[in-house]
Amino acid sequence: MTNAALTPDPHAWLKARGRWSPFEIAFWAATLLPFFFFPSYLPLASQIAIAALFAISVDLVLGYAGIVTLGHAMFFGIGAYAAGIISSRYGWTEPLTGLLFAGLVAGAVGFIASFLIVRVQHLALLMITLGLGLLTYELANAMSWLTGGTDGLMGIDIAPIFGVFNFDLWGRTAYAYSLAGLFVGFLLSRRIVHSSFGLALRGVRENVRRMPAIGSEHRVHLQKIYTISAALAGIAGALLTQTTETASLQTLNFERSADVVVMLILGGTGRLYGGILGAAIFMIARDQLAGINPQYWYFWIGFLLMLVVLTMPKGILGGLARLAGRRDE
Amino acid sequence: MFKKTALAALGLGLALSTSAYAQETIKVGLILPYSGPFADAANQLEAGVNLYVAKHGDTVAGKKIEFIRKDTGGPNPDVAKRLAQELVVRDGVDIIAGFALTPEALGAADVATEAKKMMVVMNAATSVVTEKSPYIVRTSVTIPQVNYVFGKWVAEKGGVKQAYTLVADYGPGLDAEKSFAKGFTEAGGTIVGADKTPVANPDFSAFVQRVADAKPEAVYIFIPGGAQPAAMGKALADRGLTPPNVKLFGQGELTHPEALESMGDTANGIITTFHYTLERDDPMNKEFVDGYHAANNGRSPDLFSIGGYDGMHLIYETLKKTNGDASGDALVEAAKGMAWQSPRGPMSIDPETRDVVQTVYIREVQKVGDKLQNVIIDQIADVKDPNHGAAQ
Repeated sequence: MTNAALTPDPHAWLKARGRWSPFEIAFWAATLLPFFFFPSYLPLASQIAIAALFAISVDLVLGYAGIVTLGHAMFFGIGAYAAGIISSRYGWTEPLTGLLFAGLVAGAVGFIASFLIVRVQHLALLMITLGLGLLTYELANAMSWLTGGTDGLMGIDIAPIFGVFNFDLWGRTAYAYSLAGLFVGFLLSRRIVHSSFGLALRGVRENVRRMPAIGSEHRVHLQKIYTISAALAGIAGALLTQTTETASLQTLNFERSADVVVMLILGGTGRLYGGILGAAIFMIARDQLAGINPQYWYFWIGFLLMLVVLTMPKGILGGLARLAGRRDE
Repeated sequence: MFKKTALAALGLGLALSTSAYAQETIKVGLILPYSGPFADAANQLEAGVNLYVAKHGDTVAGKKIEFIRKDTGGPNPDVAKRLAQELVVRDGVDIIAGFALTPEALGAADVATEAKKMMVVMNAATSVVTEKSPYIVRTSVTIPQVNYVFGKWVAEKGGVKQAYTLVADYGPGLDAEKSFAKGFTEAGGTIVGADKTPVANPDFSAFVQRVADAKPEAVYIFIPGGAQPAAMGKALADRGLTPPNVKLFGQGELTHPEALESMGDTANGIITTFHYTLERDDPMNKEFVDGYHAANNGRSPDLFSIGGYDGMHLIYETLKKTNGDASGDALVEAAKGMAWQSPRGPMSIDPETRDVVQTVYIREVQKVGDKLQNVIIDQIADVKDPNHGAAQ
């Protein structure tokens, strides 16, 4: 790795960084284990995969491009509702095209919002993303003729995948479907991160003023990644709608925006696996703690968050990388 | 090969052990928003469940009742659905129950159908809930149930010709407005104006001013319980919109004992409709309230508590009727048409809709001694949800 960093040819350098490590292959093989060893945990595994895809989408803008966001649930929710509405209001029940449609809708909204996003930074950015999230929530609440309001969207019906695999009670299809969605989203994000575009994004994150000086159009870069991230978040939302056949205002809730940031901080920002790991730890901890004490489990989430941030400021993956003696990215 | 056999043996062993276990116990999965904005409702409902079990023991038809509690964390239909799935496939529950919130009941409905498990809805109050699965039975109330007959009552017995409606702008509020207006106009009344207040805005002065300007004969109000009734009471008093200047009507939450305490004398004369009245003079209710006070540091039961209490009654009685057969089909069949005396009064399960049928009480806030309380001035027996018939 260190030799590769010294190679004069930038393309070779990028290519070397983009190579698959044995750890990665082992990780993805491990995601199949729940099918064999935890068959009764598949509904949870499916929601972990969805949360992980959402976390990756946020990592792209927060961890790589440095856009601090507290309103990304708006895209998750828009995707969730888009997938739900074409099924319940227009009778389009085929899941894969529904997923694509949801991604397109969320991406289109993301593109429009990106014009606003690139104009502000820091605290103002936090407020803008928060405000957009709250606006979307109230809009969905007010448009109850379309969204079903506080009762949630009713009558969502999803056809079997490829006309064969029905969404079963055990959650086998749901997990396979969500995992496939996560994997494709991950491949796309991995390709982006290990490209020259990905490097430009990191440049924006580290020093936004220097990027124009070296001839990089940082605003265009930011708009692009924000749109891609919105589309991915929308697909995550659509996966949740399709696997559970529900869509509610909770998908747009501020809490979801905040939870995903917590997942990223737990796992480690600016590394795609951080989002996946964070999502898994958050969801499993939540499930187990809430099983022990349904009322006050948030106490332990707070405790875990403080413990991780105090001992491993760069998240669990950052801490592991330091232990393994690898340099930070 | 060896691995496969070992796995199969493990699976078989698990299956055998759970079925052997199931003969001794009946598992009830409780799905409630134990954390988040509705945690208080979940706790009150749970206290009702616990009180029933404490009173009647945890063994019914020779089997032990075991609870598994799951937290949804707010109105989360996707989480409710997953928890229902997990309760069925992992924990092997026989009955799923709880459901304080409509979206969560709707989310889990498909699981009840697919797994063929009885699902006891102990609160969620939208009409449509019981239509989502043939395995759903409801023991709480529906908003149209108490408000449609109330609208009729206000026009016929209340002698009111014109009313203004002011409701919170969300599902239950809109349901209440619609069903009250329907009953009221059918009985010859006229709605002279309708306004909606934001759910999360406790400043009612602008809305109340608009009502005052319209000078209506009567006002119908629906707002969520909690801090809002007191704020509403103050806004009404500030503009002289209190009885006897104007007649005030609403659903029970408006004059819940805790709300009355903070509203003070301005509440005197408000007429509300509800299925449960804390002060109802009845030995069974007195025993329920006293037991509840003793178990919960003096806290009074509310609509959530009674929903949970009667939900457990339904579970116990259906199990007795089936002799401990906990299959969904047998239990739902046993529940249909079941009638009993509850602390709230007589109630039953409609054999066609599996929804609750009960007495609706019309109460007026009066001073009893030096304390304000809801005094029952009229009651309407055997009220069904009016929307189920309309949908067919």
